[in-house]
Amino acid sequence: MKNMFIRLWAYRYFILSSIKTEFTARFIRSKLGGLWIIIHPLAQVLVYALILSQIMTAKLPGVDSTYSYPIYILSGIIGWTLFSEIVNKSLNVFIVNGNLLKKMSFPKLALPLIVMGGAFLNFILFFIIMFIVFGFLGHLPYHALHWLPLLVLLTVSLAMGLGLFLGTLNVFIRDIGQMMEVVLNFWFWLTPIVYMPNILPENYQELLMLNPLTGIVMGYQNVLLYDKAPDFNLLMYPTIIALISLSLAIIIFYKAREEMTDVL
Amino acid sequence: MNKVLEVKNVSKSFKEYASEWARIFSWFGFNFNPKEEHHILKNINFSINSGEAIGIVGQNGAGKSTLLKIITGTLKASEGTIQVNGRISAILELGMGFNPDLTGRQNSYHSMGMMGYTIEQIDAVINDLEAFAEIDEYFDQPVRTYSSGMQLRVAFGVVTAYRPEILIVDEALSVGDAYFQHKSLNRVREFQKQGTTLLLVSHDRGAIQAICDRAILLEKGAVIKDGNPEEVMDFYNALIAEKENSTVKQVVKEDGDIQTISGTGEVQIEDIGLFSEKGKKVDYISVGESIQLKVKIKVNQDIEQMVLGYVIKDRLGQDIFGTNTHHYNKILENLKKDDTFEFIFSFCMNLGIGSYSIAVAVHANDTHLSGNYEWRDKALIFNVINTSKEAFVGSSWIEQKVEVIHV
Repeated sequence: MKNMFIRLWAYRYFILSSIKTEFTARFIRSKLGGLWIIIHPLAQVLVYALILSQIMTAKLPGVDSTYSYPIYILSGIIGWTLFSEIVNKSLNVFIVNGNLLKKMSFPKLALPLIVMGGAFLNFILFFIIMFIVFGFLGHLPYHALHWLPLLVLLTVSLAMGLGLFLGTLNVFIRDIGQMMEVVLNFWFWLTPIVYMPNILPENYQELLMLNPLTGIVMGYQNVLLYDKAPDFNLLMYPTIIALISLSLAIIIFYKAREEMTDVL
Repeated sequence: MNKVLEVKNVSKSFKEYASEWARIFSWFGFNFNPKEEHHILKNINFSINSGEAIGIVGQNGAGKSTLLKIITGTLKASEGTIQVNGRISAILELGMGFNPDLTGRQNSYHSMGMMGYTIEQIDAVINDLEAFAEIDEYFDQPVRTYSSGMQLRVAFGVVTAYRPEILIVDEALSVGDAYFQHKSLNRVREFQKQGTTLLLVSHDRGAIQAICDRAILLEKGAVIKDGNPEEVMDFYNALIAEKENSTVKQVVKEDGDIQTISGTGEVQIEDIGLFSEKGKKVDYISVGESIQLKVKIKVNQDIEQMVLGYVIKDRLGQDIFGTNTHHYNKILENLKKDDTFEFIFSFCMNLGIGSYSIAVAVHANDTHLSGNYEWRDKALIFNVINTSKEAFVGSSWIEQKVEVIHV
């Protein structure tokens, strides 16, 4: 297993350049080119910020801004998007690149890492644009921003663990990919992104905490909306789940990696 | 000479399980018997020294691609070991992994990155690569605007930017134009001199015999022949022509040369010889001499139709000239058992100096691939010597008139 990681390290340049080329290749044939890089996340942010602020004007407790609800949603969405993009793409990354894996010899683990890098790049863009929009809305949360990298690390670990684990199994049992698309739909609504947890009956609130993303998303909301540090008690459980899923993912990938090309 | 590749007892089977969960549990030591096991390769053994050029031949489905994938490491052998000393580069598919929207240059970086080179290593050779590909300003154009030949140029440049210990070329080379084929072949030969081993997979007899000094024939997942390319290719051709109840045998002649005879045996070649104008059997023939090739055959069984063909080959086994009675409307019909015929081909021996062989085949139609009654490689060996013409080089004699005019 050590060799697997040594070989991966030798491919660091390839991973970085692939993230870059995949990113640029997305826009290379469009007239507006790089502008699309900004337009996509901007549109997403504006939808939540402008439209929802008109429809849902109710103030959230403890926040002054009239835009508190859209900011609440955006804070959650940014974490969720990072998570779901990695899981979704990792699920199919080996299948999509099946032909390549059969013809070229390179560390397979590079593929989910390229997915991760791409999702991270999108996250950063989304974040910058979101922050600019926040500025226009008169909301500048900078007191707890230094906690954001920790939240990102947790989100990425959990997503990579789950994505790699299921992505590996999906090569052999293709129903897993289909099933996960459905599951992710439910998962979104089982995470307090659009609603606040306290609107639920108390016993359901506890159930909500079984979702490892709940604590993480609430962390994003703390940092980006309430301008305060995340609640570390809520992060313990997601950390443990992330570590377990990452370990399981690496074990199952390690066992499966040689038989993968047989069935691709 | 040191071994660069050693393939030991390699077998490959693809397993099918009743449920994929059984496969997954089997990784963790649970024993599930696969529902079905397809054996693609069976107990393959060979080793290759540095600087050798090996041709791998076999019919479709013989296991060539699987073997190459195991050697390059994209597939894992079910049993046995592969030991590789050094870097392997492979052109398994033209422009594999090229992104059509990126330029040749960007794709070169990307592909070489995928081969494990660092950016510094790629920077060091990118200019040479561009010069080698010779596609000028196209190098900075998206690959989707390339012709397949141009893609091959870049792909070949990428794979050979650094000299690998083992270079695998799978058919792809035949796509390029003649100029680039020569250019790439030169590079391959240069690498070979420096110790690169070449593995060439091809159905092209000419390419295998021109480049390789050894050939390996795969059939139904097993190595059935490993040796001199000419001998292996003869056997392979016989194998292709082989139909039900046909036989292939190779006879070692007194001089150590190997003759391959195959066919279903309805017709039998009794005698073959080259005769001079005076009717004398000869095996040394002067350039330009008029000559007769006589072939006697005997019919062993009633057949509807029969064509006889022959081909003259040079000492490398490359075809020099060949024809058959179909093209001269001399097809024999309704042959009866025990009929005998003599075929006489008259021509001038306008060939260059050297040793040649003649292969003869009797078959039902205009190619030896269907209804092959008997096919005899190296049925006859003869030499061409120059006794009457001016000195010349090359494989054929072209009558000359030379004039020099002082202007």
